[in-house]
Amino acid sequence: MRSGVIVKKLGMSQIYRDGAQIPVTVLKMDSCRVVGARAPEKDGYSAVVLGAGRRKPKNVAKPQRSVYEAKSMTPPRIVAEFRVDQEAMLEEGAEFSAAHFVVGQHVDAVGQSIGKGFAGVMKRHNFAGLRASHGVSVNHRSQGSTGQCQDPGRVFKGKKMAGHMGAARVTVQNLEICDINEEKGWVVVKGAVPGSKGGWVFLRDAVKKPLPKEAPMPAGLVGMKQEKEAAQETQEPQQAQEPQETQESEEPKEQGEKK
Amino acid sequence: MSLHDFEEAQLAAREKPSALPDFAPGDTVEVRLNIVEGERKRVQAFEGVCIARSGRGIRASFTVRKISHGEGVERVFPLHSPTIAGIKILRRGRVRRAKLYYLRALRGRAARIKEKQETRPQSGKKK
Repeated sequence: MRSGVIVKKLGMSQIYRDGAQIPVTVLKMDSCRVVGARAPEKDGYSAVVLGAGRRKPKNVAKPQRSVYEAKSMTPPRIVAEFRVDQEAMLEEGAEFSAAHFVVGQHVDAVGQSIGKGFAGVMKRHNFAGLRASHGVSVNHRSQGSTGQCQDPGRVFKGKKMAGHMGAARVTVQNLEICDINEEKGWVVVKGAVPGSKGGWVFLRDAVKKPLPKEAPMPAGLVGMKQEKEAAQETQEPQQAQEPQETQESEEPKEQGEKK
Repeated sequence: MSLHDFEEAQLAAREKPSALPDFAPGDTVEVRLNIVEGERKRVQAFEGVCIARSGRGIRASFTVRKISHGEGVERVFPLHSPTIAGIKILRRGRVRRAKLYYLRALRGRAARIKEKQETRPQSGKKK
């Protein structure tokens, strides 16, 4: 399993594809990099620790600050672990690029939904509410009955009622990658992604869809493009060349779009 | 945030930026649309009064209203949609507001819009 990435949500927009308007969410790679690792020998599982964004060292708590000082890294704004196979482990300091994903593949997006506060049952659970007339007074938006009578004489646990809504971790599965821009770090995903603009989103390969063969293993990193080009010049074995070809076919398209 | 940058890039990437004239609410326009019917491609025109323009950048759209067989029809077009083959201004109208939704309540002679008189071409050409 490949590592996911931490991206920042810029907001929603639209693109045109085959004459159709497609709603998209634009996400940005904000120096998403590897800041640590978890090893099975030590921690009992293998994972990469990613950080994204930057924080001034003076604003970071001292215990954390010393950790990043020891690694001579800028402290990240957000840190998250992604479980990966051992062969997909990454070196510390490696920075992800938008080319980690390929156009057409599917991803799962995890974000913190926008908080709605204390919400009534109509908003929170899509209840129908009460009638507008026919003797209903004052409570048109309330739920109806919450249960039976003396038997069982209580309200069952888990009964849907009014309460706090939103500000929770939400996963949206199977979002299509519509476009990527390595230079700007944009990952353009079809549809909506949980969270507010400027919020952090975890993107990982879709669990329920196959990963395309072109997807870079173990990860698409910044600076890989140059390496590949250099490798192509020296005529490396075919295995290394295959992903280059796919990337090159994407390149002219991007340039064409910029015009 | 660089969402603006993204939308600018989308704008720059569209095919025919020159096909869009500068029109305003009150203008009578003919919108030519590319229509694909199975294998065949053809161009269909929708002619009417532009009653509103909204949005900006790549998300801009406009509303065209016409009376078709005695029934009012309105269509909202995304301004930069690739299905729009071209827009032709047939008549410039003189109106005093940006959204002409009051036309929905009017019919016939009452729904006419005065043609814009360009007394001074230089100032009239202003965007």
